[in-house]
Amino acid sequence: MSSTSTASSEILGVTDVDKALKRIAHEIVERNLDLSDVVIVGMQTGGTWIAARLHENIAQISPAISVPLGAVDISMYRDDFSLRPIVLSAPTDIPVDLTGRTVVLVDDVLFTGRTVRAALEALNDHGRPRAVQLAVMVDRGHRELPIRPDYVGKNIPTHFSDEVSVGPGGVTVVAASGEAS
Amino acid sequence: MKHLLSTRDLSTEEIVSILAMTDHMAEINSRAVPKVPALRGRTVASVFFEDSTRTRLSFETAATRLSSEVMTFTASSSSVNKGESLRDTIETLSAMGVDAFVVRHKSSGAPQQIRQWTDAAVINAGDGWHQHPTQALLDAYTITRNFNELNSMNGRTVAIVGDIKHSRVARSDIDVFTRLGAKVVLVAPAAFLPSSLDGWGVSTADSLDDVIGVVDVVYMLRIQRERMDAAQMPSLREYSSLFALTPERAARMQIHALLLHPGPINRGVEMIVDPSLVPGSRILQQVTNGISVRMAVLFSLLGGDATTTLQNGAEA
Repeated sequence: MSSTSTASSEILGVTDVDKALKRIAHEIVERNLDLSDVVIVGMQTGGTWIAARLHENIAQISPAISVPLGAVDISMYRDDFSLRPIVLSAPTDIPVDLTGRTVVLVDDVLFTGRTVRAALEALNDHGRPRAVQLAVMVDRGHRELPIRPDYVGKNIPTHFSDEVSVGPGGVTVVAASGEAS
Repeated sequence: MKHLLSTRDLSTEEIVSILAMTDHMAEINSRAVPKVPALRGRTVASVFFEDSTRTRLSFETAATRLSSEVMTFTASSSSVNKGESLRDTIETLSAMGVDAFVVRHKSSGAPQQIRQWTDAAVINAGDGWHQHPTQALLDAYTITRNFNELNSMNGRTVAIVGDIKHSRVARSDIDVFTRLGAKVVLVAPAAFLPSSLDGWGVSTADSLDDVIGVVDVVYMLRIQRERMDAAQMPSLREYSSLFALTPERAARMQIHALLLHPGPINRGVEMIVDPSLVPGSRILQQVTNGISVRMAVLFSLLGGDATTTLQNGAEA
């Protein structure tokens, strides 16, 4: 149907990712005066390592307070089952009742916002948080829902069909070009 | 995977994948409000032409916990009594809008037939002596998780005790257990064994005493009294003396060994011991796990193409 040639470019390197994670951790501490209310929740699967790193960094910034770390699996809450395969990783693990807490929800890439919508619904099944804040490594635009991040590692303008990959080693955008011929 | 008619429809990878998805469902079932919106807007029809309480309730509970609508059909209170054919029944229900049929029928192969008359997914909830795939999946889940395994029964020996010949549970279990790497030994009088065990990959034993002290799982099948005559067993007492689980035999089980039973239990027939007094009994856990496994099966069939990545938090 169409021939695609791809061009890949590294947007952030390993040290950039490191710096972004430190900065976001500081922002979280700054913004939440009472850290003892905060729970860090990574979204399966892309957000869990970022959540773990933020959790570590926050522990270094304010060692006196231990902030719980959890993970949420949203595969049962998606509204687009028919559109994409379901990838299961590990089950949801929310260590505390979220009622009255401030949840910092963590994901790697913010795109259409549908995953975040699903995650918000999933969180509600574990209590009623006082507030939910959203931290992402990359905001690549193309929102389909009224969702915005509170903490962003890097804003990257992308084409809708580009692929953004995020890992501890860096952030790469693979541009899908020459889509039609 | 479009239907689940037999365990043989599943590759070993698919079995492992369903067990992994079952972990997710078990987490949901452990919540204060065990319900997710995964199958909102779908309709599951449970169509039972043969009596069953636990399997039907288990499937209906599973469907409800995934937010699916449930249609219940029981042959005893339906137009089947007015002479409606199986085909007409299925086509009528399909016309009402059904995404999946959960079918139990006394005739082997009925679910395969039904598949031809509907576009909906068909799940076999037990057909004659043939297959009961979700029972085998819940049994495999119960065994692997009790032994802290994710995807294998390697090195484990399971004794399946009772009327193997007439048991769809045994057929399904043997297939799944052996493919997951377990050794299976069938413990039954000759009349309760199939005429040929070629290709089954199992061994046999003549009495429960021969194996009770060495196996990792004791799987007791229900003995139907009405089949006793047909099996030419001289008496229930003789059967019990060799094959029933008595308190004395239960006491000889290995410390880590599990006791399983698909239910309903026939107390005083195959189970002379009170199962609640056997430390290794996981019979009620099987019932609990049954809901999670059936949620995983329904979600696999109706929730899109599921793929499972078995990564332990490691990020690609």
